Order: sequence, then C-alpha cells, then structure tokens
Amino acid sequence: MDDNNNGLKIYTENLNLFYGDIHALKEVNIEVEEKKVTALIGPSGCGKSTFLKTLNRMNDLIPAVRITGDVYLDSLNVYRQYDIVELRKRIGMVFQKPNPFPMSVYDNIAYGPRIHGVRSKSKLDEIVYRSLTNAALWNEVKDRLRQNALGLSGGQQQRLCIARVLAVEPEVVLMDEPTSALDPISTLKIEDLIDELKGKYTIVIVTHNMQQAGRISDKTAFFLHGEIVEYNDTEKIFSRPNDKRTEDYITGRFG
Amino acid sequence: MTTTRHYFDKELEALHLQLIKMGSLVEESIENTILALKKQDVELARKIFWNDDVIDGMEQKIEKMCLNLIARQQPLAGDLRTISTALKIITDMERIADHSADIAEITIRMANEKYIKPLIDIPRMAELAKQMVNKAIDAFIRQDMGLAREVCRSDDAVDDLFSRIVLELINIVKNDPETIEQVINFMFIAKYLERMADHATNIGEWVVFNVTGEHAHLARHENKDDRINNPFVKNTIGDG
Repeated sequence: MDDNNNGLKIYTENLNLFYGDIHALKEVNIEVEEKKVTALIGPSGCGKSTFLKTLNRMNDLIPAVRITGDVYLDSLNVYRQYDIVELRKRIGMVFQKPNPFPMSVYDNIAYGPRIHGVRSKSKLDEIVYRSLTNAALWNEVKDRLRQNALGLSGGQQQRLCIARVLAVEPEVVLMDEPTSALDPISTLKIEDLIDELKGKYTIVIVTHNMQQAGRISDKTAFFLHGEIVEYNDTEKIFSRPNDKRTEDYITGRFG
Repeated sequence: MTTTRHYFDKELEALHLQLIKMGSLVEESIENTILALKKQDVELARKIFWNDDVIDGMEQKIEKMCLNLIARQQPLAGDLRTISTALKIITDMERIADHSADIAEITIRMANEKYIKPLIDIPRMAELAKQMVNKAIDAFIRQDMGLAREVCRSDDAVDDLFSRIVLELINIVKNDPETIEQVINFMFIAKYLERMADHATNIGEWVVFNVTGEHAHLARHENKDDRINNPFVKNTIGDG
C-alpha cells in the first residue's frame, strides 16, 4: 500500500472506452477517496456501469472493447502493474441481482478464502462468522449455515453476497445497483450496511436511484453520454449543483 | 425487527443537539439582557449584540442541516414534520434573540438615567419567557405534547404581567409627564418580552403539529373582543 496517496484510493487519467465504434467513456478523470462512499449516477446508457467495470477490469473479457488512458489503484496502474487475481482480491464486486452460489450459506462465504488457500476449519469458521457479522446477516442465518443459500430472501441473499466479498478482505468494494432488485426495507438495510462498511473499505456504487446516492454517499459523480458532468461532495451535488444539467437530472427535469 | 436508517437517526440527533445549543444560547441572552437592564451594565448589553450574531449563525447552520436532510434523506410523515418543525422553530428562536438585542439596545440608551421605577414585573416576565423557551425546546426534543401545552398556557401569565406593567406605566406618566421617554422605553421592553413569550408559544404549537400533524391554537385570547376593548386603556382613561 502506498502511504503517499493523499487519501486517494483510485484515480483515472484520461480514461476512454470504446465498444467497437461506440465511444462509451470519454476522457474520464476521477479521484476516488479512500474509505469513502462514491456514488455514480446518471441516466441509462451514460457509462456509469461501464466505468465501474474498468476499475477491476471486468471489461477485459468483452470482445471489441478498447480502452485508452489509465486507472490507478494505490498509485499502481491497474492495467499494467497488477496481476488480475491480485486485483480482483483487492477490489470486490457486488451485482444488481443477488447471485449466491447454489451451495450452503457457509460454503458461499468460505468459497473465496478456500480458493486463496485457507484450509483450517477454525480459521474458516472465524472468517464466516466475521464476514456475516460485518454484513449484518449473522443473527438471521446463524442457525441455518448449512442450508442452501438460495432459500434466503432477496435482501438476505444480497447481504450474503456482500459477506462473500468481505470474506477475502478486499480494500475496495464496487457495487453495481446492489438494491435495485430489493424491497424498500431490505434496501435500507443494505444502505445502513454500506454506511458501516465505509469505515474499513472504499466503496464505489452505481445507482439508478439518485435518492439513494443522496442518502449514502460522500461524493457523487454525475455521468452523461460517457462523460463526467460534475463530481463533487454529495451534499453539494444535491443542494447546489454547479452544472445546469446536474440540476435538471436530479430534479427530474431531464431531457 | 432490526431498526434501519441509522444514518438518518444519527443526523436527527445531531440536529437535536444543535437546537438544544441554540435554545440555551437564546435562554442565556434573555437572562443576560435582563441582568444588564437591572444593573445598567453597558458592557454586558454590548455582549448581547455579539451573542445575537452567534445565534443568527446557528439559525443558518440548522437551516442548512434541515435542507440537507430533506435533499438527501427524503424524510416522510413524522420525519418530514420533524424537519419542517425544526425549520419553523429556529425562526421563532432567532426572533426571541433579536428581542433580547432590542432590549439591550434600550439598556445602553438608558445607561446614565435613574430608572423611574424599581424593576419587579419586567424581570418576572423575562424569567417566565426564558422558562417557556426552555420548555418549548424540551417539548420538541421529547415530542412531549403535555409540556408543549404547558408552554402555551404560560403565555397567559406573561400577557397578564404585560397588561399590569402597561397600566403602571400609564399611571406614572400621567403623574409626571417628564417620565415619558423612559415610560416609552419600558413599554417597548415589556412588549418585546411579551413577543418573546408569543414566539415560545409558537414553538409549543409547532411541537403539537409535529406530533399530531394538525395545527391547534392552544392559547392566546380565546375572546378577541378582550383585546379590542383593551382593559387598561379603558380603565385608566375612565379614571383619569
């Protein structure tokens, strides 16, 4: 870990991404602060999810994707100076739909650590306990650790997926619309969880729900047509945005 | 069921703390303004001006907190009423502090004059007004309707004192027209104190709105004719 990163965990320099001829991200420059929640908002197709995936190289496998510019994690180039396994261990990801593995609650959490070579039962027990506790799920599942995870409710499944990410001790957690498939109460539980997690992790979250960005994030970036229109403290974005387009979007007057 | 929205609750608590802080500054300013008036302490009176800027600053700070909570947390139902109530009551609190500053200003103007009468009912009014502010803020924090109603009832006592003071002042000026300037000054002071109590009453009424979602006028002149046929004017003119 670089101690001289001035509180920056991730930053990009003139990042461009093309899907074939389509210029999906245009000259994106952003600085993501360590142990803060950064929200990416914008209309469908604005590039926010695409951008999120550039951070842990999830676009690598998509044919016809071409990327120029640079992404840095702890001042090291994500595309040139990281082994992808190491990168994905340090940057975990949670997706829109809860996607537990079709196995027990316990094995879902232990899956990552086992791959990374943890064999000791007591060590795995401890990781499972800690991860589920940190994901605010332990009390609800402690008596059903051996049951299939697919039997949990949607909100519980999503917290399980967050616990599964936490089990490999990442530094950054990317979330791509993590609550859009959940009911309001499960959503608020995840939001509370995010608020607790930010003490330890750097969180970048894409959300269609801009009220959610307002509730949970420290910084907000507004994307439009592949560009960042405005990036500022969330408080500022939601009370006095600088750009007219940001104001139009957050007040629902867009287009 | 585990409770959610810890963040919002935390922010609400921070808002409460700021309101309590502003409330105690307002109380302090009432207390000091009467102390300065009683002792003809010009320095203390000047301090109250400073204090007023601090209180104005707090009003703005709390207003910003409220707007932020509305913008970022989408409060609904009782939560929404709590935030709008906070927004309304800080205006009343700020106005109370303004009246403290108004009284301080008169104190400075009268600093070198011997008072035409010993101050008894005016400090009493101030003490009542101060207690009303204290209870009103407390009622808001605890969402205590009983306490809010108590505040509103106290307003009658303040109004009675106000009438008494005005009567007394009218008699003084009738006996000695030379006293007119001080009489007018004390009349203003009494009126400012009476307004302070009205603002505290407003806060109490906002608390009731906060809890029930409905406005209710809880005090003040059930019979408006009483005000129009203002008894002290009638009596004294008749006696004169």
